[in-house]
Amino acid sequence: MNRPTPLLSVQDLGKSYGPHLGCTDVSFDLWPGEVLGIVGESGSGKTTLMNCLSAQIEPTCGKVIYDTRMDGARDIFDMSESERRLLMRTDWGLVKQNPRDGLRLGVSAGANVGERLMAVGARHYGDIRNVANDWLKKVEIDVGRIDNPPSTFSGGMQQRLQIARNLVTEPRLVFMDEPTGGLDVSVQARLLDLLRGLVNRLGLSVVIVTHDLAVARLLAHRLMVMKDGRVVEQGLTDQVLDDPQHAYTQLLVSSILQP
Amino acid sequence: MDGYNFAYLDEQTKRMIRRAILKAVAIPGYQVPFGSREMPLPYGWGTGGIQVTAGVIGQDDVLKVIDQGADDTTNAVSIRRFFARTTGVKTTEKTTEATLIQTRHRIPERPLSEGQILVYQVPIPEPLRWLEPRETETRKMHALQEYGIMHVKLYEDIARFGRIATSYDYPVVVNDRYLMKPSPIPKFDNPKMDNMPALQLFGAGREKRIYAIPPYTKVKSLDFDDHPFEIQQWDENCALCGSENSYLDEVVMDDQGGRMFVCSDTDHCESRQSDGHVGPMGTQQAAE
Repeated sequence: MNRPTPLLSVQDLGKSYGPHLGCTDVSFDLWPGEVLGIVGESGSGKTTLMNCLSAQIEPTCGKVIYDTRMDGARDIFDMSESERRLLMRTDWGLVKQNPRDGLRLGVSAGANVGERLMAVGARHYGDIRNVANDWLKKVEIDVGRIDNPPSTFSGGMQQRLQIARNLVTEPRLVFMDEPTGGLDVSVQARLLDLLRGLVNRLGLSVVIVTHDLAVARLLAHRLMVMKDGRVVEQGLTDQVLDDPQHAYTQLLVSSILQP
Repeated sequence: MDGYNFAYLDEQTKRMIRRAILKAVAIPGYQVPFGSREMPLPYGWGTGGIQVTAGVIGQDDVLKVIDQGADDTTNAVSIRRFFARTTGVKTTEKTTEATLIQTRHRIPERPLSEGQILVYQVPIPEPLRWLEPRETETRKMHALQEYGIMHVKLYEDIARFGRIATSYDYPVVVNDRYLMKPSPIPKFDNPKMDNMPALQLFGAGREKRIYAIPPYTKVKSLDFDDHPFEIQQWDENCALCGSENSYLDEVVMDDQGGRMFVCSDTDHCESRQSDGHVGPMGTQQAAE
C-alpha cells in the first residue's frame, strides 16, 4: 500500500548571514491541499525561511524535499539549476508582497498572465489569450482591461493579477509573502475571500507568510510561530490562536486589537 | 599604407578576433566576448564589423561594403576607403565579384554563394536586453534556453497592433538552439539567412561580442502558430528597374506628395537595369 507522501518536507533548515542568524532548526511537512501560515514579528526570520523554501536563496544547512510530479521526492538544492527554474515556473507559484516586484509592468495584463505559458512552450496566440481571459475572470478583473498595462491597475487589482499570473500553469504549491500587505481592509477582505475560494477549488498547497493574525486565521489550516529565527510553536490554527502555549504566542495573540 | 599593419589592427589583435570567430562558428548564434579595440571611427558606425572584417580579410579578397543596401552612402564609402588604404585589396560594388561583404542593415538581394563571407555591423547583440536588463540573467537564460519571454514581446505586438509589428532586427533561433538578433536588417531579409551558402559573421564593437552563422545552418524566425512570420510587401514595383521582389525604399520627390519606390540594393537595381529591365520611372539603358 502506498503511504501518502508530504508535498514538501523540510528538515533542520537553517540560514545564517555570517555570524548573524536568519533562521535555524526549522522542520515541518506540508501535505497536499494544506495551507501553512508562518507568523511572527518583523525580523523573526519569516522571509528568510520563505526565501529558502522557494529556492530564492540557498540555506546554510538542512534539506527541502519536494515531491516532484516526474521523479518523486527530491531535494530542491540537489537539482540542477535548469530543473529548479523549470519547477519554479511550472509547479510552483511565488506571490510577492509588492505586486510590482512580481509583475512585468511594461507589458499588458494579458501578456503577464500568458508569460508562464509561453515559457513552457505555448505558441498559439489565440489559445494564450483565451486562457488569460479565463484567469482574469477567475480573479475578478474586468476582461476589458486585458490589454492595459498593470501600472494602470489599482493595488488590489495588481495583487489579483499577480495571483492569476502565478496560477496559470496550475501549480501545486504556492508561496505567498504578505499577500495582503499594503491593501485597505475591504480590498483585503475580497482578496482573502478570492484566495480561499481558489485554494479550495484547485486543491493548492500554500505556504503563507504574514504578520496579520486575522489573515492567518482565515486562510491557514496550520500555523507556525517564529521568534528570533526559531519556530517556537506550531499546531492547528485555531489551537494556536485560541490556546497559545508559548509566552511569545500569548503576547502576539493578546496584542490584537479587540474591536 | 606606411606606418600601419595590414588591415590596420596588429597581428595579435587579429589573432584574438579570429579565435573568437572560430568559437562563434563552432557554436552558431552564441555571443562570444572579445577584446574590442578602439577604432578610428565612433561606436555605432560599424566598429564591430570593421574589426571582424580586419580579422578575416586577406591579400586576395575583393571587398564590398554596403550601408542600407547602397554602396555609395557615407558609411559604406568611408569603410571601403579605409580598407582600400590599409590593405590595398581590390574593392567592388558587385555582389557577385565580392568575396567579403561588410553590411549595415541589409542582405544583398542576389543570393550569396559558397566561399563568400557576409559581415554584419551589430549595435546591440543581446536579443533579451530590452526585456531583461541584467547581463548575468540574460546569459543564464541563454544557457538554459529560457526564451519564452521573447514571445511575450511578440504577444504584446499582436495585442496592440493586431499583428507582429516588429519589422527589423526580428529575433531568430539559430540551429534550433540560440536566440539571436540578426542586427537591424529588415525582417524581409530574415528568410535569406536560413541555409545560406555563405558564412555570416556578426561584430558588435561597443558591446564586445562576435557571433556567427556557419554556411547551411537553419535559421528560424520566431512566430505564433496562428500568427506566422511574414515579410514586408509593397503595392508597387521598383520605379527604376521594375523589380517585384526586392526590398524597396520610399523616396520623397517633392512637397506635393510625389514619391517613388526604388530598390534599396543599388547593385541589384543597376545590374537589372543594365540587363534591360525598366521600371515606370526608369530610362531604357543601351543593352550593349
